[in-house]
Amino acid sequence: MSLADKDRIFTNLYGFQSAGLKAAQARGDWDDTKALLAKGQDAIIEDVKASGLRGRGGAGFPTGMKWSFMPKESKDGRPSFLVINADESEPGSCKDREIMRHDPHKLIEGALVAGFAMRARAAYIYIRGEYIREAEALQAAIDEAYDAGLIGKNACGSGYDYDVFLHRGAGAYICGEETALIESLEGKKGQPRLKPPFPAGAGLYGCPTTVNNVESIAVVPTILRRGPAWFDGFGREKNSGTKLFQISGHVEKPCVVEEEMSIPFRELIERHCGGIRGGWDNLLAVIPGGSSVPLVPAEQIMDAPMDFDGLKELGSGLGTAAVIVMDKSTDIVRAISRISYFYKHESCGQCTPCREGTGWMWRVMKRLETGDADIDEIDMLHTVTKQVEGHTICALGDAAAWPIQGLIRHFRPELERRITERADAMQEAAE
Amino acid sequence: MADRQPAPDTPELRERWGNFAFSPEYEAKAKKALARYPEGRSKSAVMPLLDLAQRQVGEETDTQGWLPLPVIEYVANYLDMPVIRVLEVATFYFMYNLVPVGKYHVQVCGTTPCMLRGSDDIIAACKARGMKKGEVSEDGLWTLTEVECMGNCATAPMVQINDDNYEDLTPERLDAVLDALAKGEQPKTGTQEPGRHTSEPSGGPTTLKEMVTENHDYRGEW
Repeated sequence: MSLADKDRIFTNLYGFQSAGLKAAQARGDWDDTKALLAKGQDAIIEDVKASGLRGRGGAGFPTGMKWSFMPKESKDGRPSFLVINADESEPGSCKDREIMRHDPHKLIEGALVAGFAMRARAAYIYIRGEYIREAEALQAAIDEAYDAGLIGKNACGSGYDYDVFLHRGAGAYICGEETALIESLEGKKGQPRLKPPFPAGAGLYGCPTTVNNVESIAVVPTILRRGPAWFDGFGREKNSGTKLFQISGHVEKPCVVEEEMSIPFRELIERHCGGIRGGWDNLLAVIPGGSSVPLVPAEQIMDAPMDFDGLKELGSGLGTAAVIVMDKSTDIVRAISRISYFYKHESCGQCTPCREGTGWMWRVMKRLETGDADIDEIDMLHTVTKQVEGHTICALGDAAAWPIQGLIRHFRPELERRITERADAMQEAAE
Repeated sequence: MADRQPAPDTPELRERWGNFAFSPEYEAKAKKALARYPEGRSKSAVMPLLDLAQRQVGEETDTQGWLPLPVIEYVANYLDMPVIRVLEVATFYFMYNLVPVGKYHVQVCGTTPCMLRGSDDIIAACKARGMKKGEVSEDGLWTLTEVECMGNCATAPMVQINDDNYEDLTPERLDAVLDALAKGEQPKTGTQEPGRHTSEPSGGPTTLKEMVTENHDYRGEW
């Protein structure tokens, strides 16, 4: 069983056809959007709730429920905002890029429908700075939509005024964290805010704000057109829908592909990626959801369902469905140590455990690469990861800790082997 | 945390950049950027304005551009913000160059997904051509930087050179791209894998095959 092409949402995922408005309309985008809006705000939110859509940015929070936290009327005159998180920077993730450069009208139509449902005045799309051509493609699509009267005053003839603005970042991973993103949008350093207040109470410019991932927003119009039951019909219970998977690393053919949620790992790789480089016996480990989630050893992942709950059961997570595959030629310690360097580089410096801890953890990981450490230091490193985890304002501290915890959990013998071998070699040299 | 310092504030720097102002073309872009934010929230435009300023400096110096302190002050003045608030932003975000760079800023992604696909060889190939990390080459053409994940993981390894990405690299393919740039030509951007379009599996898509040749409407099959 496999997802049929007719049930794929992002039909121009690979950009074989034009991303422009005319071509997008021919594929079904902006088809009587006025009628979708005419369902009414509460009905749209109910449909999204019923579809089982969970946030595609990594945390997997139910999207419809998130929208329902927004105020139904403004008691003090403050407007509400939808902010779309297009700061796709999680190592392994490269799906929102394909949506924005090849199917941007799905995102813009979704921005209107979602913004209308949560009674927002405008959407700000925060795209990562490095997506330069992607930002150009998206801006061109926004301009087209304005010119066609699809957004702006009386959007789609619905009587609802709604703006969509694009804001480019400038190279800071932390701005993918929703409150850091809001700070950045306000023209400041992207340092996360303490919560509460949550953005739904006081977000952008102190106004009620919901921050959603690009994919979460872009799938909404199709869900409304085909009905929540259609979307909920894919994947296991509580893991509904179709999903963009991004497979990188040691597969024969890395790619981005839309598949049914809960597809077994083996099927995903065999069907779309031409198998593991060197065959299934050559698989070492997989990071199934982007660099923040712990790795899963080969034997555990092979037949696991690729969804939120299935991967949680393996002590990992679906994250953004960025699947990083590593075969047996991988220096697994270096692979994780490089991720530690990433978090050291991207820590915003606000909380001490993260600012100091990410650098400390990376330096120890660097020594573990060559075995230049004592066996006790493995436990010490584990203890430090536990002291960083949960002790910072945002989840970057957790994200820096988890990959190392995963490594120690599954590859402690490898770490010990390197330490012992190096010690033995030193001993021999001394004699 | 990335440790980033602005270039030293010298009389020469003041002399060269003290009179910086947006050209009419960039002024128009700056106004357009400002219009995206609500009244009284012009501070939100600090990031697009720094980007524009860096680009104009780039045009004036035939490089990717950078942000000398007087230019940062100009942006602060433009937005009526304290200079320190703008400097904070300029030093926080990695894409603002705080020191001069070459005509081509060769930014090789070195994060794990690219590393697994051979970014070590790409960095080595850059170094073999005489590039050094963080330095401008003698001919003024190149600056090499190892950057963090650029979101091209399914077409790794990759390099971003100024505004364009070159993906699915091998040392030979990288050399071909850099040779073309050095000659003043514009190489094909995106994937360098023959026959590959974007991020579909190499050799042709496993899904949505109708889309390859026509703008297929799947709604008839719903």
